Amino acid sequence: MRHGRAFARRFAALALAAALPLLAGCTRHDYPQSTFQPRSEFASWVAGLNVMLIVWVIVIFALVQTLLLVAIVRFRARPGAPPPKPVHGHTLLEIAWTIAPAIVLALVAIPTVLIIFRTQGPPPRTDVHVKVVGHQWWWEYQYPELGVTTAGELHLPVGKTAVIDIESADVIHSFWFPAMGGKRDAVPNRTNRIWFTPDSLGEYFGQCVEFCGMSHANMRTRLFVETPEQFAAWVANQKLPPVGGTGAPDTTHAVAAAAAGGVATAQAATLPGGAGAPSGLAAKGRQIFAQSACIGCHTIQGVSAGIVGPNLTHFASRTSFAGALYERTDDNIAKWLQNPPERKPGSLMPNLGLTPDQITALVAYLQSLK
Amino acid sequence: MASTTATAVHAPAQAGTGLWSWLTTVDHKRIGALYGVTAFILFLVGGIEATLIRIQLMRPENHFVSPDVYNQLFTMHGTTMIFLAVMPLSASFFNFLVPLMIGARDVAFPRLNAFSYWVFLLGAIFLNLSFVQGGAPNTGWFGYANLTSKAFSPGHGVDFWAVGLQILGIASLAAAFNFIITIINMRAPGMKFLRMPPFVWMTLVTSFLIILAFPVITVALVLLMFDRFTGTNFFVPAAGADPLMWQHLFWLFGHPEVYILILPAMGIISEVLPTFSRKPLFGYPVVVYSGIFIGFLGWGVWSHHMFAVGLGPLADSYFAIATMLIAIPTGVKIFNWLATIWGGQLRFTAAMQFALGFIALFTMGGLSGFMHASPPADLQQTDTYFVVAHIHYVLFGGAIMGIFAGIYYWFPKMTGRLLDERLGTWHFWLQTIGMNLTFFPMHFVGLLGMPRRVYTYPPGMGFDAMNMMSTVGVFIIIASLLFFIVNFLKSVRSGAVAGNDPWGGASLEWAIPSPPPPYNFATIPEVRSLDPLWHPDAREAALRANEHSGPIHMPRNSHWPLVSALGVTLLLAGIVYGWAVGIPGALIMLTGIYSWAFEPAD
Repeated sequence: MRHGRAFARRFAALALAAALPLLAGCTRHDYPQSTFQPRSEFASWVAGLNVMLIVWVIVIFALVQTLLLVAIVRFRARPGAPPPKPVHGHTLLEIAWTIAPAIVLALVAIPTVLIIFRTQGPPPRTDVHVKVVGHQWWWEYQYPELGVTTAGELHLPVGKTAVIDIESADVIHSFWFPAMGGKRDAVPNRTNRIWFTPDSLGEYFGQCVEFCGMSHANMRTRLFVETPEQFAAWVANQKLPPVGGTGAPDTTHAVAAAAAGGVATAQAATLPGGAGAPSGLAAKGRQIFAQSACIGCHTIQGVSAGIVGPNLTHFASRTSFAGALYERTDDNIAKWLQNPPERKPGSLMPNLGLTPDQITALVAYLQSLK
Repeated sequence: MASTTATAVHAPAQAGTGLWSWLTTVDHKRIGALYGVTAFILFLVGGIEATLIRIQLMRPENHFVSPDVYNQLFTMHGTTMIFLAVMPLSASFFNFLVPLMIGARDVAFPRLNAFSYWVFLLGAIFLNLSFVQGGAPNTGWFGYANLTSKAFSPGHGVDFWAVGLQILGIASLAAAFNFIITIINMRAPGMKFLRMPPFVWMTLVTSFLIILAFPVITVALVLLMFDRFTGTNFFVPAAGADPLMWQHLFWLFGHPEVYILILPAMGIISEVLPTFSRKPLFGYPVVVYSGIFIGFLGWGVWSHHMFAVGLGPLADSYFAIATMLIAIPTGVKIFNWLATIWGGQLRFTAAMQFALGFIALFTMGGLSGFMHASPPADLQQTDTYFVVAHIHYVLFGGAIMGIFAGIYYWFPKMTGRLLDERLGTWHFWLQTIGMNLTFFPMHFVGLLGMPRRVYTYPPGMGFDAMNMMSTVGVFIIIASLLFFIVNFLKSVRSGAVAGNDPWGGASLEWAIPSPPPPYNFATIPEVRSLDPLWHPDAREAALRANEHSGPIHMPRNSHWPLVSALGVTLLLAGIVYGWAVGIPGALIMLTGIYSWAFEPAD
C-alpha cells in the first residue's frame, strides 16, 4: 500500500513533467484555444512567465512530495522501536524555510511586475484601433477610424499593433483570444484597453470567459489575421454598400474566406449579388426583411438601422454567425431563422414565426450580403 | 439547578434520546453532531449537483440538462459546498471539540449555539426551496453584478440567493461570536493561549475572519436586495453605477472566506499528524503565528480575483505581491508538518492517511494558486478550468481531506466506537484516485482554453478526452463516499469500542470517556503543558478531570432557540414570499427572543 502511494506520486510528477513539452508541441489544429501557442508579443510574454512558473511549481512540488514520501517510507512505526525524540522545533530551520520561499517569490515577482507594466503601458504605436463591445451573447467589432462595424469575427493585419478598447452593452463579459494573450473584462460603464501585435497569419478561436447568463457557453468569436493587403481589401469591401453597390462582388475575398473557414460559401459566391439590386429570391428576402421585425434590431446599410443585434450589412462576408456559433451555411441560417432561442438558448432574437418560404427567401438575401 | 452530589448531575440533554430532546438540546456535543450530519447530507446534495454537471460535460454538445438548469446547478453546487457543507462541517468540529479541548463544560452561550444551528438548517432549506419555487439561483456563487439585476435576472432565483446567504450569515456570525468568547473566557486553569491546541487556535482565527468578513457580504447583499426590491441603483450601470463595486465587496468577503474554509482543516491535521507520529507538532508557535498571519494577509489580497477587470498596473502589482506573500506562511506550515512526521513513528490509520493526503493535495492547490498570483499569467488562467482545478485541490484536496481526517480521528470520541480502518483505507485511496482523476485534467483543459461555467463545449477543441476523465473520476469519488457511508452506519452501531483514548492523543479530550458525559469534565482539569497527556506530571493533572469533586451546573434544554430561529428565517423569507410569511415570522421571532431572554436559568 505504501509503495502504491509512492508510485502514484512519482507517476503523477513524471506525467506532469512529460505532459508539458507534449502540450507545447501540440498543434493549434488539435487545441485551437490553447494558451501554449502564443501568436503575439503579449501572448509570448505571458507564456514565458507561465513556463517559468510551471518550472518553479514542478521543482517545489517534487521537493515537497519527495520529503513526504521519504518520511512515509522511512519513519513507519516499527514494533519495539524506542519512542521518537520529542522535538519541538528548530529556529534555524524555521528561518530557512521562511527565507527560501521568499527568494523564489522575489524571483517570480520581479518579472511579473515588469510584464504587468509593459503590457499595461501605452502601446508602442496604434496601427489598428478596434472597439470591442460585448453583448448577450455575441461580440461586436467596430473600427471607428475605418468606419467599419461587424460582429463575431475580428480581422487584423499581421505585424501591426492592434489597440483594442473593450466595452459592454449589457453585463460583464470577458474578451479572450488565447493565442493573442490574456483576457480582459468588458465592464459596463468602463473602457478597458489591451494591445498586441499578431505575428502569424491564420484563423484563431476565442470565447467569452466571464459568466454572462444563459448562453455564456455560446458566446464565441473568431480572429482572422491577414496580410496587410488582404486586410485592406476586407476593409474596402466592408465599407461598400452591401448589395447593388458599384463594381463586381469581391469574389477573391469569398474564396479566401472559404479557404480559411473551410465552409461552403461556394453557393453564396454564385448567388447573383453583384451589380444592381438583388434579383429573384434574394430580392424577395430583402422585401421580407424590410417589412418585418428584423429592422428593429439589425442594421443593413441602406435598409435598416437597428443596433440591438449584430450589423448584417456584410453578413455573407463572414464564415459564421450567431456569435460565431454556427458556420454560415444555408441550412444553418434556415434553422436559425426558424427558432433562434432553440439554436442559442436565451437568444434575444425571438421566434418570428416565419414561414418556410419566407425563410428560404431570407436565407438567399442574407447569403447575398457580401 | 445546582446539585450537591456528583450523582445528581443536572443533565437533561442526556436524559432523553427522543426527537424533543434533540430539538431542544443545548449540549455542544449534540449540536456538533447535528451540524455534522446535516452538513454531510448537504455535502451529498452539492455532490449530486456536481455529478449532474459532470454528466452534462462528459462529451461535447451534450443535452443531459438544459443551459438554465446547468447554470442553476453550478451556482448551487458552489453555494452549497461553501456555505452549507464545508463551513458547517467545520462548525461541527468547532462545536464538538472546542469545549473538550479547552477544558470547558460547554460553550459560553449554549442556547445561542443551538440558535446558530437551527438558523443554518432553516436557511439551507430556504435556499434549496428555490429549486421548486421557480428556479434556483443561476448567476454563480459569486453573483456578479449587474447580471444579478432585475433587468437580466427577472426570476426569484437571485432573491433566494441574496436572502438565503443573509440567513446563513446570521448563523455563522452567532456561532463565531460564541466561539471567540468561549475560547477567550472558558479555558481551563493553566491553559495559556500558547498552550491551546492548534485546532482551537485555528477556530479562533476562523471565527475572527467570520465576524469581520460576513458583515461585508451582508452589506453587498442588502444593497443588491434594495436594487431588486425597491428599485435603487447601487449596481445598475444604466444609472451610472460601477458594477465592479460588487466585485470589490464580494471578494473582500470572498477571499477571507477561502481561509474560513481551509484554516479549520489545517487545524485538524495539526492535531492528527502529531498523534500518529508520536511526536509533538513541530514549531507549534510558528504554525500558530502562520495561521494568524494568513488570517491577516487574507484581507489584503481580494483583488487577485479581479486581475482581468482592468484595475491598472499599480493595483495589479500590489495585489500580486501581497498574494505571493501568503505563500510564505502557507509554505512554513507545510514544512512544519513535514518536520512533525520526520523522525516520528508513523501509524497509517485512516485519519493519518487523510492527513498525509491533505499535505500532498493541498500543496498542489497551493502551487497552482501561486501560479495565478502572477497577474499576466493569471490572465491566461482565470475563468478557465485551470482555476476550477485549483479551487478543488484547495477545497477538496485540502478542506475535505482534512475534514475526513478529523472524522476518522474524532469519531471514536463522539460515538465511543471506532470506524472500520479497512473500509477507511478503501475510502481514502478511492477518494484520492477519484479526486485526482477528476481535477488533475482540469489544469490542462483550462490551459488549453476551456472556460469555466460553460454548459457545453464544441467538439474539435481538444477538450473531449479530459472531460470524460473528469466525469469518470466523479464516479470513483462517489464509490469512495459509499465506503464511508457504509462504514459510518456500521460503526456507529457495532464498531469496536474505543475507550477513552484509542490513539494515544495528547490533548484534553482524550482524558475523558468516549462519548464524553454531558458535563464533559467531572472536575475542570488543570493544564500544565501544551500536550497534557504526553507529560507524566501534566497527564496526572489532566486525568483528575474524571474525578467528581463538587456540584456541576449545566444549562437546561430550551426550545426557544428553535422558535427564534424559525421566526428569523420566516421574517427574512418574507422578503421573497411577502407579508403573509414575514409578519408571522416577526411575531414568532419576537416571542422566541422574549421568552428566551426571560427563561429561568433552572
